[in-house]
Amino acid sequence: MRRPFRFGPVSLARPSFSAADLVVVAGLGAVLALAIRLAWRAPAVVAGPRISLAVSALPWYALLSTSRMAAAYVLSLGFSLAYGYFAALSQAARKVLMPLLDILQSVPILSFLPVVLLGLSVLLPQGIATELAAIILIFTSQAWNMTYSFYQSVTTVPQEMREAAAIFRLSPWLRFRVLDLPFAALGLIWNSMMSWAGGWFFLMAAEIFRVGSRDFRLAGLGAYLQTAADANDLKAVAAGVIMLILTIVLLDQILWRPVLAWADKFKVEMVSSDVPPPRSWFYEVLNHSHLVGWLRRRVWLPFTEWLDRRTKLPATTAGIAETRSPGIWRRLGLMVLALLGVTAAAALLFGLYRAVVTLAGLPAAGWTALGVGVLATFGRVVASLVLALLWTIPVGVAIGTNRRLAGVLQPVVQVVASIPATALFPVLVLALLRVPGGLNLAAVVLMLAGTQWYLLFNVIAGTAAIPQDLRDSADLLRLSRWQRWRTLTLPALFPFLVTGAITAGGGAWNASIVAEYVTFGGKTHSTVGIGSLIAQATAASDYRLLLASTLTMILAVVGLNRTWWRWLYQQAEVRFKLE
Amino acid sequence: MTTSMMTTTTAPASTDLLTVQAVTKSYGTADKVFTAVKDVDLRIAEGEFVCLLGPSGCGKSTLLRIIAGLMPATSGEVLYCGQHIQGVNPYATIVFQTFALFPWLTVEQNVTVALKARGVDPPTRHATALRLIDTVGLDGFEKAYPRELSGGMRQKVGFARAMAVEPELLCLDEPFSALDVLSAEALRGELMELWLGKKLPTRAILMVTHNIEEAVLMADRIVVMGKNPGHVVTEIAVELHHPRVRKDTAFQALVDRVYAAVAGHTPSEAESLGTAPGQPGHTRRLPPARINALSGLMERLNEEGGRSDLYRLGADLQLELDDLLPVLEAAQILGFAQVTEGDAVLTPLGKAFAEATILTRKQLVAGRILRQPTILWIFETLRQDDNQRVARSYFLDKLRADFGDEASHQLDLAVKWGRYAELFDYDDDRDELYQEEPAQE
Repeated sequence: MRRPFRFGPVSLARPSFSAADLVVVAGLGAVLALAIRLAWRAPAVVAGPRISLAVSALPWYALLSTSRMAAAYVLSLGFSLAYGYFAALSQAARKVLMPLLDILQSVPILSFLPVVLLGLSVLLPQGIATELAAIILIFTSQAWNMTYSFYQSVTTVPQEMREAAAIFRLSPWLRFRVLDLPFAALGLIWNSMMSWAGGWFFLMAAEIFRVGSRDFRLAGLGAYLQTAADANDLKAVAAGVIMLILTIVLLDQILWRPVLAWADKFKVEMVSSDVPPPRSWFYEVLNHSHLVGWLRRRVWLPFTEWLDRRTKLPATTAGIAETRSPGIWRRLGLMVLALLGVTAAAALLFGLYRAVVTLAGLPAAGWTALGVGVLATFGRVVASLVLALLWTIPVGVAIGTNRRLAGVLQPVVQVVASIPATALFPVLVLALLRVPGGLNLAAVVLMLAGTQWYLLFNVIAGTAAIPQDLRDSADLLRLSRWQRWRTLTLPALFPFLVTGAITAGGGAWNASIVAEYVTFGGKTHSTVGIGSLIAQATAASDYRLLLASTLTMILAVVGLNRTWWRWLYQQAEVRFKLE
Repeated sequence: MTTSMMTTTTAPASTDLLTVQAVTKSYGTADKVFTAVKDVDLRIAEGEFVCLLGPSGCGKSTLLRIIAGLMPATSGEVLYCGQHIQGVNPYATIVFQTFALFPWLTVEQNVTVALKARGVDPPTRHATALRLIDTVGLDGFEKAYPRELSGGMRQKVGFARAMAVEPELLCLDEPFSALDVLSAEALRGELMELWLGKKLPTRAILMVTHNIEEAVLMADRIVVMGKNPGHVVTEIAVELHHPRVRKDTAFQALVDRVYAAVAGHTPSEAESLGTAPGQPGHTRRLPPARINALSGLMERLNEEGGRSDLYRLGADLQLELDDLLPVLEAAQILGFAQVTEGDAVLTPLGKAFAEATILTRKQLVAGRILRQPTILWIFETLRQDDNQRVARSYFLDKLRADFGDEASHQLDLAVKWGRYAELFDYDDDRDELYQEEPAQE
C-alpha cells in the first residue's frame, strides 16, 4: 500500500554518509564558489524600493507577493514532474538524481540567499535580480518534497495497473495522463499545499532581506510589515497582518480547497471510508457554471482528444515488451545526461578549485568564529525545539483525543499556523529589542514560531492514529496518568514527533539567517551565530567568510540529518510503528 | 524462415492458435539465478478453454504474462498463429485478478480508454462501451466510479474492457479469486454462457487459477503445473458436458484426479529434506505453514480415521489449495503425514501428535524438525557459539546463497518453528538468534 504523505524529508531511511553525499556537497561548494566569484563585482550599495505605508497600497503589495509565489510554484511543479518522471523511468538516471534530491532537501535554503542575490546582481539589472532571487529561493523550498512525492507515486503504481496499460497499448502520453499523473495526483497536491505554505516563509524572508548598505528588499507584504514596524506604525502593522491573513485564506478558499475537492476522485483506495470527502463552495460554483462547462466541452475535451490522437501508437507495431522505460527515452536520457555531465563536471572542477583557494585564505580566527557561531545557532535550534515540544505535546494530545476541542481549535490553529513567521519577525524585534539579550530571544522565538506548527500537526495526527483498542486496553488496565503516557501515548507518538522535529529543525536553521542579524530603525543589531556570520559577510563583502560560513551551515545541517535524525528515524520505523 | 518451418513440422498450424515451445524464464544475475518457469511446452487450439492450474509459486501467472507478451521469455519461443510476436500480443488481452481498473475513471471511461488507445473515434467509442456494459449487465452504472461497485461488478467492468478490444486470445489471471463465493459463481456462469453461446469474438481462453473445482467446471483441458522451478506436471482433458454439475460422480472423480496430480505424492525422505544451506545439493524451502493450521489438519485427519481425500479435506476445512498445500508439506517434512493418490494419510507419529497435549506436541515437533537441514544448521551454529548468540545477518547471508530475495522470509519461518519447538529464539532488539541455555546432550 502507498505510504501516506509526510510533512518532511521522506528518505532518511537510506544508508548514512555515502560517496554520493561527498560528491553532492563538493558540488554545492563548487557552485557556491563560482557564484561568489561572480559576486565580487556586485555593487557595494544597493538601493531598496520605497515602501508606502498607505492602506490603499496593500492590495497591490499582496498581488506582487502572490505573483512571486505563483511563479515559483509553476516552476516547482514543472521541475517536479520532469525530474520525478525521469528518475522513475530511467534506472540509470535514478542512481544520480535521487541522492542529489536527498541532500538538496536537507540543505538550509536560506543560507543560499545572499550568494544568489549577490551573484544575480552582477548578471542582471537590480530589480530583476532580486525578483529572480526571491523566486529561486521559494522554488528551492518547494520543489524537493513535491518531486519526491511524484517520484514515489510513479514508482509505486500497482504492477497490474501498469500491465493493464501495457496490454491495452496506451501510448506513453496516454499512460502518463491516464495512469501515472492521476495516481500521483493526491500526493502531489498535498505536498503542493505544504510547499505553498512553506513558500510564504521564504518569500517574506526574501522581501525583507537587507544587509549593511545593500538593500535587497522587494515591494510586497513582507517589506510593508517591516517598514511599518520600523516606523513604529502599529496601525499599519495591523493592516498588513490582516491583509496577509486575508490573502492566505482567500487563496486557500479559491485555489487549494477546490483542487482538493476535485482531486478526491484520484483516491486509490477502493473502499469507501468514513471520512467525508473534502468539500469546497467555490468548486461547486465552478462545477455548476455554464461557462466552465462550455470551456470543458468545447476547448478542453477536443484539445485532449487531439493530443491523444497525435500521440497514439501506430497500429501495426506491437506494443512494448517491458512495461517501463521505452528504449528511445533511455537513449535520449543517457545522451542528455552525458552532455550535461561533461559540462557540469568541468564547471564543478573549476568551482571546486576556486572553493579550495578561497577557503585556504581564511585566517584561523575566522574558523574559530565559525565554530562558535555554529554552536551558538545549534543551541538556539535546540532551545526552540525543546520549547516547541514542551507545549505542542500536551496541546496536540488534547486536541487529538478530544473531538469537541478539536472542532473549536482546529480552524483557529490552521489560520494562525498559516501566517509565515518571518512576516511577523520585524514586529517581534520591535517588541523585544529593548529587553536585554532581546535579539537572542527574538531569534529563538522566530525559530519557535516557524517550527512549532509542524510539531503540533504531527502530534495531533499521531494522537488520532492511536488505535481505539489500545486506548480501551489502557483504560481497562487502569493505568495511572503517568503510566499511560509512558506505555501508550509517547511511544505511539514517537514516529510522528521525529518526522515533525526533522522538518522543524531544518526550519529553525533557516530562520537563523534572518533572525541573528537585523537592521532595524537605521541601526544594525547582531548576535553570535552562523546565520549572523553569513549576513555580516554579505554586508562587509567578505567573500571568504561568506563561502566558509555558508558551507559550514550546510555541512552542520546535513551532518545532523545523516547521524542523529537518521538514527532516531530508524528507531521510529523499526520499533515504534503502529502497524 | 526457420520458426515457421518448425511449426509446420511440430504442429499443424491451422488448428493451433498459440504454441509455447521450451519457454524458460529466470531472474537474477549469473551467480544466483531464480528460475520461475523451466522448459514449458503448451498448445492452445482454436475454440479451446485451457486452464493453467497449480500451487502458488509455480509460475503460472508468469507464463500467462509471457504468452500475452508483457514480459519476454529468457529462452524458448511463443508463436501466435505460427507467427513470432515481438512485445505485447495485439490479439490478446488480460483480465486481472485485482481488476486493475483505473479508480479515477468512470465505468464507461475505463472501457473507452482501451478503445482510445487504438484510435477509435469518440462516437464509436461511446456506442461500443455502452453495448458492452449492457452485455455484462451493468447498464445504469456507466457514470459510476469503480469504488462505488462491488467486487463482482468491478470484475464485470474488467471483462467489458477486455472485450472492447475484441481479443482473439482472452487471458484470465485468477479473475474470480478476489471475489466472494457467490459473486464468483455468478460471474463464472455468465462468462460460460457468453463463451459457449459463441457471443464472444474470442477464439480461445487461457485461464490461470489455483481453484481445482473452478478449473474442472470451466475448462476443456487442465494443464497442471508444479513448482521449484515451475514446470508442467501433466495435462488432463475435461470431457464433461456443459452445464457441469459439481455433485456429479464423474465431476467429483475428475476433481479427485486433478487433486492427486497437484498434490503429488510424498517423496523419499532424503529428497524431501534436501541438504543444509551452503552444502551441495538442493536446499528445500520451508513451507509457509502456520503451526496452528498443522495442528488443525492433524486433528482433522485423526478424526477421519487417519486417511482422507484431499479434495474433501480442503472443502471441509474451507482451505484453498494455496493454504492446504503448505500445511501438508510441513506435515510431510515432519513425517506426520503422507500423500498418496490424492489422499492424505496420517502416520503413527502424526496420530501421536494429534492426540498429544500442547507440551508433548512441542517435544514431538522438536525431535522431528531437527531433521530439517536448515533448522538443524541454525541449531548447531548456535550451540557451537560461545555465547549461544549469533547475529541474524550471519544466517541471512548464508541463506541468501540458496534463496535469494526470499532468504529473509525463510529465516522468519525457521525462527517460528524454532520458537515453537523451543530450540532457539530471536531477540528482535538486538537482531540476534540465541538459545536459552546450552543444549544438554
